Amino acid sequence: MSAAGSNDRAGFEHLLRLGDSALVHGQRLSEWCGHGPALEEDIALANIALDCVGQARLLLALAGTREGLNRDEDALAYLRDEAAFRNYTLLELPNGHGPRDDYAITVVRGFLHAALQVHLWPALAACADHELAAIAARSINEARAHLRHFGQWVVRLGDGTDTSHARTAVALERLFPYTNEFWSPDPVEAALADAGRGVVVASLKSAWDHTVNPVLSEAGLSRPPDSRFMSTGKLGRHSEHLGPMLAEMQALARAHPGARW
Amino acid sequence: MSLSASERLARARDAAAQVCDPEIPSLSLEDLGILRGVQIEAERVVVTLAPTYTACPATEAICDDVGAALEAAGVAPFAVRVSLVPAWSSDWITAAGRRKLLEAGIAPPACLASSAGATAPVRFIRRESERESERARAATWLPRAEPAPPCPRCQSPQTELLSEYGSTACKSLYRCLACAEPFDYFKPY
Repeated sequence: MSAAGSNDRAGFEHLLRLGDSALVHGQRLSEWCGHGPALEEDIALANIALDCVGQARLLLALAGTREGLNRDEDALAYLRDEAAFRNYTLLELPNGHGPRDDYAITVVRGFLHAALQVHLWPALAACADHELAAIAARSINEARAHLRHFGQWVVRLGDGTDTSHARTAVALERLFPYTNEFWSPDPVEAALADAGRGVVVASLKSAWDHTVNPVLSEAGLSRPPDSRFMSTGKLGRHSEHLGPMLAEMQALARAHPGARW
Repeated sequence: MSLSASERLARARDAAAQVCDPEIPSLSLEDLGILRGVQIEAERVVVTLAPTYTACPATEAICDDVGAALEAAGVAPFAVRVSLVPAWSSDWITAAGRRKLLEAGIAPPACLASSAGATAPVRFIRRESERESERARAATWLPRAEPAPPCPRCQSPQTELLSEYGSTACKSLYRCLACAEPFDYFKPY
């Protein structure tokens, strides 16, 4: 029983990493709703956000089942504090610098993350956790569409005007170090990979490189040099930005517990 | 009222099959291929649906509508179940469904069975004379963009993508270059 119990605990933690990343990214993207730089982009970002929140819903619902403490996806999304979230720090960073949103940040972040998801979902779709595999299988096409969308924008902005190039280069410099977190060792990932129920994300690094590098080159952007910077969101130690984001996301659900409409 | 099991199943199936998609009301659940099974489990009629897109906001509305239809058909007790496995594909839309999409001015999705996961170059609009030497290297990276569908109104194959994300999660927005009409394209999934 103890083995099965700890296994489920690892399975729960693993699903939080996937589900929280999808949820937090979806929330950041949805902040553009009504503020997009063009109507088509506004609609596109709302749709991509919806994909992410849909993935999060399935993943967190499954996490709640595995945890066995009667927490459903809403309880996990709305009633946990920031230290309990396991998303990559990259995805919680604000949409801009200071008070001003910058589309380049959203585009570069979406691209760097989608370039991972297009490799992660097929790997998970083949794992021995059949419920997770079913969610992953459904997410593959979505990730491909997200990569196509953000990748095209990286090229359009990077290869666009001097201003768009400069702003995209700044966004890349700023965000790239946070991708180190994708590859850092994680006992939860390792335990599940050993059991055939997950993958070690670091094993996808060369596939990610092969996806990212040609796009940066097409966009005329230099890949920032490797750095030793290491964010730790997946371990629950976050930047100062997640708390305020969750405060906004969770306010309604906490003010009106169990509200239905 | 007492129906035989087979009568109950047939009634439940008919009732569920005729429920319309809330976002594309000309299509029934049968047309969409999301009605995956109707069976009796311990006296209950269980209707199993496959959700279309992960985040399709219509899924809950569809479940409610199916419940109402089953109630009206007098087959209670019943349950409506959503099953992720096997994952729905737009290839499951029936021939009648594809025809109804066309009649509604929506281009039906291309068949995926032969092309899933393929990659191909994406066309960029570039400034002249830049980095020509790198173009070949960059050409293989992105997931395949869908070939443009023919116009559902004038059948011209000369159409162009306006926006990959359209009025609902399942549609892209295209424009016909022959008749100049914009139209929705049901994305292959």
